[in-house]
Formats: sequence, structure tokens, C-alpha cells
Amino acid sequence: MRGLGFDIAHLLAGSLVLVSFMQLYQDRLSALINTFALHAVVLALSVAWQAYIQDAPHLYVTAALALVFKAIIIPVALQRIIVRLGIHREIEKVVGVGITMLFGMGLVALSMVLMLRVTAEADPLAREDLAFALAVVLLGLLMMVTRRNAVSQVVGFMSLENGLVLAATGAKGMPLVVEISVAFSILIAFIVIGIFLFRIRERFDTIDVGALDRFRGERT
Amino acid sequence: MELAFNFAVQFAQMLLVLALAPLLTGFVRKVKARLLRRQGPPLLQPYRDLIRLMRKEVIVAESASWLFRVIPYLIFAATWVAAALVPTFRTGLLFSWTADLIAIIALLGSARFFLALAGLDVGTSFGGIGSSREVMIASLAEPAMLMIVFTLALIAGSTQLSTMAGFMVSPAVGLRVSLGLALIALIIVAIAENARIPVDNPATHLELTMVHEAMVLEYSGRHLALIDLTAELKLLLYISLIACLFAPWGIADKNAGALALATGVATYAGKLVVGGFLLALFETAIAKMRVFRVPEFLGAALMLGLLGTLLLFVSRSF
Amino acid sequence: MALLLLLYCVVALLAAGLLTIAIARRPFARVLVYGTSLLTSLISLCVAVSILLGVAAASSLRLPLGLPWIGANFALDPLSAFFLAVVALGSAAASLFALGYGRHEETPERVLPAYPLFLAAMQLVVLAADAFSFLLAWEFMSLTSWALVIAHHRVRENMYAGYVYLVMASFGTLSLLLAFGLLAGAGGAYGFDAIRAANPTGALAALVLILVLVGAGSKAGLVPLHAWLPLAHPAAPSHVSALMSGVMTKVAVYGFVRIVFDLLGPPAWWWSVLVLVLAGITCVLGVLYALMQHDLKRLLAYHTVENIGIIFIGLGLALAFKAYGMRVAAALALTAALLHVLNHSLFKSLLFFGSGAVLGATGERDMEHLGGLIHRMPHTAFAFLVGCVAISALPPLNGFVSEWLTFQAILLSPDLPSWGLKVLVPAVGALLALSAALAAACFVKAFGVTFLGRPRTNAAEVATETDRFSRASMFLVAGLCFLVGILPGFFIDALAPIAEQLVGARLPVQSTVEWLSIVPVAESRSSYNGLLVFLFITFSACLAAFVIHRLASDRLRRAPAWDCGYPEASPATQYTASSFAQPIRRVFGTVVFRARERGEMPPPGDMRPARLVVELHDLIWDALYAPVARGVMIAAERLNKLQFLTIRQYLSLVFSALVLLLLVLATWS
Repeated sequence: MRGLGFDIAHLLAGSLVLVSFMQLYQDRLSALINTFALHAVVLALSVAWQAYIQDAPHLYVTAALALVFKAIIIPVALQRIIVRLGIHREIEKVVGVGITMLFGMGLVALSMVLMLRVTAEADPLAREDLAFALAVVLLGLLMMVTRRNAVSQVVGFMSLENGLVLAATGAKGMPLVVEISVAFSILIAFIVIGIFLFRIRERFDTIDVGALDRFRGERT
Repeated sequence: MELAFNFAVQFAQMLLVLALAPLLTGFVRKVKARLLRRQGPPLLQPYRDLIRLMRKEVIVAESASWLFRVIPYLIFAATWVAAALVPTFRTGLLFSWTADLIAIIALLGSARFFLALAGLDVGTSFGGIGSSREVMIASLAEPAMLMIVFTLALIAGSTQLSTMAGFMVSPAVGLRVSLGLALIALIIVAIAENARIPVDNPATHLELTMVHEAMVLEYSGRHLALIDLTAELKLLLYISLIACLFAPWGIADKNAGALALATGVATYAGKLVVGGFLLALFETAIAKMRVFRVPEFLGAALMLGLLGTLLLFVSRSF
Repeated sequence: MALLLLLYCVVALLAAGLLTIAIARRPFARVLVYGTSLLTSLISLCVAVSILLGVAAASSLRLPLGLPWIGANFALDPLSAFFLAVVALGSAAASLFALGYGRHEETPERVLPAYPLFLAAMQLVVLAADAFSFLLAWEFMSLTSWALVIAHHRVRENMYAGYVYLVMASFGTLSLLLAFGLLAGAGGAYGFDAIRAANPTGALAALVLILVLVGAGSKAGLVPLHAWLPLAHPAAPSHVSALMSGVMTKVAVYGFVRIVFDLLGPPAWWWSVLVLVLAGITCVLGVLYALMQHDLKRLLAYHTVENIGIIFIGLGLALAFKAYGMRVAAALALTAALLHVLNHSLFKSLLFFGSGAVLGATGERDMEHLGGLIHRMPHTAFAFLVGCVAISALPPLNGFVSEWLTFQAILLSPDLPSWGLKVLVPAVGALLALSAALAAACFVKAFGVTFLGRPRTNAAEVATETDRFSRASMFLVAGLCFLVGILPGFFIDALAPIAEQLVGARLPVQSTVEWLSIVPVAESRSSYNGLLVFLFITFSACLAAFVIHRLASDRLRRAPAWDCGYPEASPATQYTASSFAQPIRRVFGTVVFRARERGEMPPPGDMRPARLVVELHDLIWDALYAPVARGVMIAAERLNKLQFLTIRQYLSLVFSALVLLLLVLATWS
């Protein structure tokens, strides 16, 4: 079933993986948050296109939710937070960019091979979208692992959730109730993390998680 | 009769690329100047520069060898042969079977090899700076380009440029992820290979910031004219390559008549204008990178090319 | 008939070697030895080529020497004929070179006897048709080359290099011994025909593959068993270095191809994974090591490692295709690998000859003491330039053809069904492309720093051109590089019978393609015409020169260099080899070698110069060789205590060994 619809779905899913790579490449916090906003926009477009070709109108709501919350509200809020924390010009990296990218490539290869092998009898559009979605999830995890700054880890977590949404829409959609509950739980988690960030900053004057290890006595 | 017509078309292409190359550079300079609210040099200025340089006496350093004097002709010949084989207004060029895309890239690679040697020939430190940076950039740009070739060859089923261009025009190609990745990677590689901002500044003569200009610092007269013409030809080659692979509409096919050929030439000129404009816009909007950020930039192109190839290996429908 | 002639040539070489032990210091000994070598190599070359072109037929022979129940078997089939041709060509070129270069030799009695024995040994390895003769000839080859490596024994590094070489060579022979033991089985069927008929497969074959990779791979220079190569190859005299790098490594490749493709049965797909992973790593590491060197011969030796990686990539792909029955693709990959065998032996020999000429003229191997030699040694410089262009895989020379064929083989591999290979092959392709680009960088450095620029020391300023024989040899090999580059179709056709023999298919006939192009798969898919590309480039260059000289100016004036207006800069301000490689060292070396640059600034008031120190760590040596060496030393210390036991302890040792053996005998079922 080749056709323009197929191709555009692939293109959008592939762009999501590409934007995940771009997130890995960023080392300035405000650029990272802007890239995350782009990630959410591409996700919204992808979900909207899936709604169009699968003829599933409730997915339009999912797309709108992704657009409003993740592309507008959360990035604006995060930008405000980092300006208030005074870290909006920081540059940070744990592992070198080259090795992170290579590892990211390996993760994409792994998810491709895994998904295409495991779902050998399923619908081709769903299979390949699932493969891209798993790649986005893994890249989000990679981002959480390779970053020091708590805000970057939050962004990684959010992009991971974007990957899950892509997977869910690819597998012929989720009921709306699940989607709303997932969105709200994300919002709550976000608020909690935000509060913690402020508390950590108050106590230790930094939100570098490496500093937390030092204070716990696990590292000198 | 057919053979003579094909030969005439091939010959016309060779002359066309040679004639249009300085005009394209003049156009890019003009657009950049206008974007900066300057008048800019006239469109035909590069032609005048070339003629002026060719008439001048060549001054060669005392420590330069015969290689120094031969290299401008060699690199011009290699680049001209490569440019003559990239379809511009018609696919199915007569000699396209002599060198496929891998061979064209290798020809550009040999031009770069000899230019780097020319930088080292006189024995000054500026030539060394240029050559060592150039080979560093090449060590990443060339694999990235080869990965792009692999991606395109796996989609089109051939490494011959004419066949690829023909495939890209046909409706069978579709809108693929790997093509998108290959396009972005090709644009990055083209910027690096042509020594444009953000990799290298073609307008500066400050030794700490230049790569290409440092290698040719000791050249003068007709040698410098040939090297400038080669650089302009290379820019035209890369823009034609991007046009014929990713924006192939309007290109005449093998058995086209005179009207289709004329349309092909007109659309080609249009594509050059668009490409030159976009290049000028991009160069004005972005700052030049530090030299040691260029490997990251090109590493991204290599990764994109590798990702595209990987996707196609895993499943043909990507 | 042909085989008998070849064996006579080998005997002639052996006789020349043994005879020279007595007369090595006489002036005519050099001409005798190298002249005989040249003559016999040319005869072997003609015989081998006649077999490849189908003029003579394959044959085998059994001599009543060696083990009484199998004798000494020799056979000449297309595979051995090809490698014999490579060996003979390299030997002939080296002998011609040495006729002139050998004049510089200070201790001819250590070099002249061993040289023909080395050539004879290499030819015997390729001709052997049973395990015993093969291993005997292989050990003989190692020993004679070891003797040549320690020829200049007064230099301390050479003795160390010889020691490491001997250890690694013995280790390699041990692996091959085990491999042949497994293949021959309990019945002791050592002949290659018997092994082939037994058709080994399964776990036995896998074990043999691993042992052969270790044994032949260490001789060829696969990472991580390559460590002896950059020590031993530069230590030998230059013509012997050329033979070791250009020819002996190919004999090791022959061993691998013979055992894995011919003697073993149908391969399993995961064998190719092992070979491809090792080959890809070898490729990139070899060229990165080469880029960090400033000793010219060591740079060339490390570069051999990279080219062996390229050959093994082709062989790995051929294994993968063969395992899945894609025969024509396997033939393409195999042809690419074998053509690269030929090409590498040509251009690596040429480059070593060039470095030998430079060493003879200036006494220097370190590039940072050379420079400007293109003015003093123009012919050597031109030949070396041809070698550099060829090895950087630039059209229209021969390096590009084998690289192009390998890329075409990679483009055929999406049809492989295995997922592991689908992910591995693009990665290997990227590594191959990366190593090709880095190789070009390496040889810009090698040629540019050595021959171009201005002389950095007095030795470089007073160099003179080498003698006629050396130059003739270099130009002949350069001419061959050019020939294979512009007429590759004939050479590909010559390799077709080998592909038939090993994978059961062949490439389409190339010599009938119009305009002498090569079309490995199909016309619509890809083609390349070296001759036309060369003609186009020449024509365009001449046209440009003619037009400009007639219509514009052709005046020229010499003046001091512009150098941005700095006056009279000293030759020390030129780029050195280390500074040329600095950007690449910074990009790749910080990860691969933990390269660090440190500036040591003396405190104010101190008159010492500031120093820039570059630290490189060979991670493979630290991780693999150093612990093994330490472990062996510790074990040796412990076992040393056995030397100092009392008489009672010795007696009890003997007693307990006897009791143990009797126990084993009692309980053996």
C-alpha cells in the first residue's frame, strides 16, 4: 500500500526522529527548549495526519492537545523557569557529542531491527511507525542519561512521552480518556518536578545533579 | 545522426556549465550585497576578474616546483570533466556511462588532493594551515557524500547519474524519509565542499579564518584565474547536482525534441537562480563556525547519510 | 609441466641463497643474488599468468619428500596462480630495485643469503597442496623474513622488532597448526584434496575459521594482532620491507582464502559478521595510526594494515553472499578483494621503494627532517606521487577501481536476508568511506612533507637522485599501476576463473564491453571507464593550457614567496608532519588514542624553550599486549622455581608424573 499518504506519514515520523537527534546535539538550554517545542509541533502534525488517513477524528483532539500543551504552554513555562533560575545561557554536556550521536544511531538501528522483526505480519504503515516511535523513546532515554542538568532531563522525559504518543496513534489510536489521563499525569509530574527544581536550587544553589551526588556523600 | 545530436548536446552542456559558473558566483555576491543594503559588484564582474587575471604575469615562488605550475590545469580539468557529467538540462548524457556518481565524487576528491599538495608546495606556514584544515574537512565530507550516494543508489537502483535523475523525475519515487535525510546531508556537504559560510569564508583573506584561500595564497595570474574558475565551477556542479536529484522537474529526457530542450535550459536557469538566492540568504543569516566545530557539523551530515542508508537497508519502502 | 618449471625456479632460488652464504662479501654476489631472483621471478610470473589466462592447465605434483605417507604435494590452480603472479611480480620489482639499492647495504652477508630463501619460501606457501608442506613453507617464510628484519642488528629497535615479530609469528603458526589438525582429523589426512572431500561444516568449521583468522590474520595484520607489523616492516632493508608489506601479507590473505573459501564447506552467515567487524575496525584504526606517524616507513607499514582491512571487507562480503547463495554478488565481492590484493602489492611496493630511495639519498626516515626533495630527486618524487595518488583511490589509477568494485558489492547487499548483516554492512560501508578519505589525507601529508616545501635539514639539501635500477623499478611499477587503472577489464577477466572455482559464478565478461568500460553487474546499474576518464582529463587540461597560453599571457617570473608579507621565513616555520595531522588528531585522536597536547612553558626568567608535547596511547597495546606480556612474565617467574629444586623434589616430580599417567591409563575407557 504505497501512496502519498504512506509517504507523508513516514516523512513526519522520520522528522520526529531527526528532531530527537537535534535535541541531543543542543547544548544551550533555551535552544533545547525551542527544539523540544519543534518536536511537539512535528508530533502534532504527525498525529493529525494519522487522524486524516485513518479517518479517526478523536486523534485530532490528541494532536490539538499535543500542540497546545507541549508546543506552547510547557516550553513557554520552561523558558520562564530557566530565566528565573538564571541558567538560560549555560552550556552543558556529559559525554561528547560524537559518541552520543553514534550511540543514538545504534539505538535507531536496534529499534528498527527489533520492531520490524517482531511485528512481521502486521500492517506495514503501523510497523514502520512503531519502529520510529521506539527510536524516539530510546533517544529520549539516552538524553536523560547523558545530561547533567535537571531541566534537560525533564525535556528528555517529555520527548520520550512524545514517542509513546506516536506509538499509540500508530497502533490505530487510543481511546480519548486514556489520552486525557496521560496528559494530566504529565502535567502533574511537570508541576512536581518544577517545585523540586526550585527547592533544590534554594538548598544547594545549583541544579546540577552531580552536585546532589556530592552532597549525598556518594562522590567526592 | 542520433550520435551526432547526442554529442552536440554533451558538448553544449560542457560549454554551458563553463559559461554559467562565473555568472552564478556574480549573482550570489550581488544578492548577498543587496541583503546587506549595499550595491554590490556588477553581475558580470567575475568574468572581468578572470580575464584580468589571465592577462597578468605569473609570479612563482622560488621554492615552488613543477607541480605547483601544473596543478591549476589538473584541478580545472578534473572539475570540468565532473561538471560535464552532471545532468543540467537533459538526462542521458552521451558519456554518462564513463563515470558514475562515485567516480564524479572521486574526481572532485583528486582535485582536492592536488590542491592540498599545492598548499604544501611553497613551504610556508599558511599553505600548511589551509591544507591540513582542508583534509580534515574532506575526511568527513567525503564519507558523508558517499553515504548520500548509497542512499540515492539504493532508491534509484543505480549509481549512474542519468539513471538516477530519470528515476527522480518519474512518479515511482514518492516522498521518502531517506530522501529527506539525504537532501539535508547533501546541502551540508555542499556547503563544506564549496568553502561557504559557515565552514569557510570565501570573501576573507585573514589567514586564521580561511581554508581554501590559505591553500591558494601563493598563486597569481592565469593560475589563480583557473583556480577561481574551478571553485565557481564546483559551486555550479553542486547546485546542479541538488537540482537534478531533488528538484528534477522540467529536465528534458533522453529522447526530447528541441522544445523540451529549451524548456530544460530555462528551468535549469531558474533553478540556478533559486539555488543562488537561497545560498546567499543562508550565508547572510548565519555566522561562520570555529574550525573545530566543523567536524561536528559534518559529523551530523555523515550521521544523516548513514541513517538514510540504514533505513533503506532495513526496509526498501523507507 | 608448468608446475615443474616453477619448482625448478624455487630450487634455483634456494641454491642461490645457500651458495651466497659463502661468498656474500664479494662484489659480484649482489648482482648474482638479485639477478637470479629477478630472472626466476620473471619466469614464475610468466608461468602464473599463462595459467590465469587459460593458456596452460591446472596441475598437481607429488614429490617423495617430507612425511613418508603423504609426501610433498604441490598444486597449481587459478587461485595459487594468481597469488603466485602477485608474489612473482613483487619479487621481480624488489630484485630490480635492489640491484641498485643494494649498493648502500653495509652488512650484505646478513641480507643476501636470506633474500632468495625468503622469495622461495613465499612461492612454496602458494604452491603447497598439503598441510605439512604449507606449514613448513610458512614457518620458513617467517624465519627468513625474521633474519632479514634483524639484519641491521646494531640498531636496538630492530632487535626488539625482531623479537616481537618472532613471538607473533610463532603464535600465528600455532593457530594454523591447530586449524590444520582439526581439518585433518584423527585420520591424519593432511592433503588438501582429502580435506576438501571431507567437506567440514558446523562447529568444527567455525572453530577452524576463528583459528585461521587468528593465524593468517596476524600475519596479514588484522587488528588486534597487527602490533608486530609497524615494528618489523620498517626495520628491514627497504626492498625487503616492500616485499613484507606488499607480498608477504598477501600470502597470508592467500592462506585465509584457501582455507576458508576452498577447503571448508558452505559457510554460515555469522562468519561474515566476524570478518566484517574485524575488517572494518582494522581499516579505520590502521589509517588513523598511520596519520599519527612521522617516520615514513612506519606510516607505510600502518597503512598496509588499513588496506588489509579493505581486502578483508571484500572477503567478508563474499562470505556473506556465498552463505546465502547469491553467487554473482559473491563473485563481485571476491573479485574486488583480489583486485585490491594486486593493486596494493603494486602501490605499496612502489611507495616503499620510494622511501628506500629517500633513505639511501639522505640517510633519514623521519619526514620532519626532509622536505623539498622534489627538486633534488625529481624522478623518485614523480614515481612516489603516482603511488600516493594510486593508494588514495583517485581516478584514473588502480586504487579507485578496486574501491569502486567494493562499493558496488556493498550496494548489492540489501538483498541479504539476515538482520544483523543489514545493520552491519552500511556501518562497514561508512567505515570504508571514512578510511578512504583519511588515506588521502595521510598521503597528502607523506608526499607534501617529504618532497614538497623547503629542506628542513642539511641532509635533505644535499640529496641526489638514486641509481638507474631503482628508478627503472619504480617507473615500471608506477606504469603497472596506471595500466591496471585504465584497463581494468582485462584484469577482472583474469580473476574470473578464481571466482568460478571458489564461489561457483563469475562476473560478466569485461573485455568485450564497448569502449573498454567495466560493467560489474548490469549496464543500467553502473559502469566505469578509466581510459576515457583519463583521456578526458588530459584533453581538458591540454585544451585549457593551450587556450590560455595562446590567447592570454604565458609569462612567468620567479620571486620570493608571498607568505602574507612575512620576509625570509626560515624552513622551520613550515608545517611538519605532526602539525599537518593536528586537526585530524584533535577530531579522531582524542577518542581513539587519548591524544593530548600539552604546552610546557618554563617559568619567567628561564631561558629554556617552551615545548609542545603530544601524548598518544596505543590502547590496543595497553589493553591486550601489555597484560598478556605481564601474565607470561609472572608465569615464567613462577615456573623458574622449577630450576632450583633439590634432588628429592625432582625425584618426587618424576614419581608423581609416572603415577598420574598410570592412573589415566587405568581409567581410560
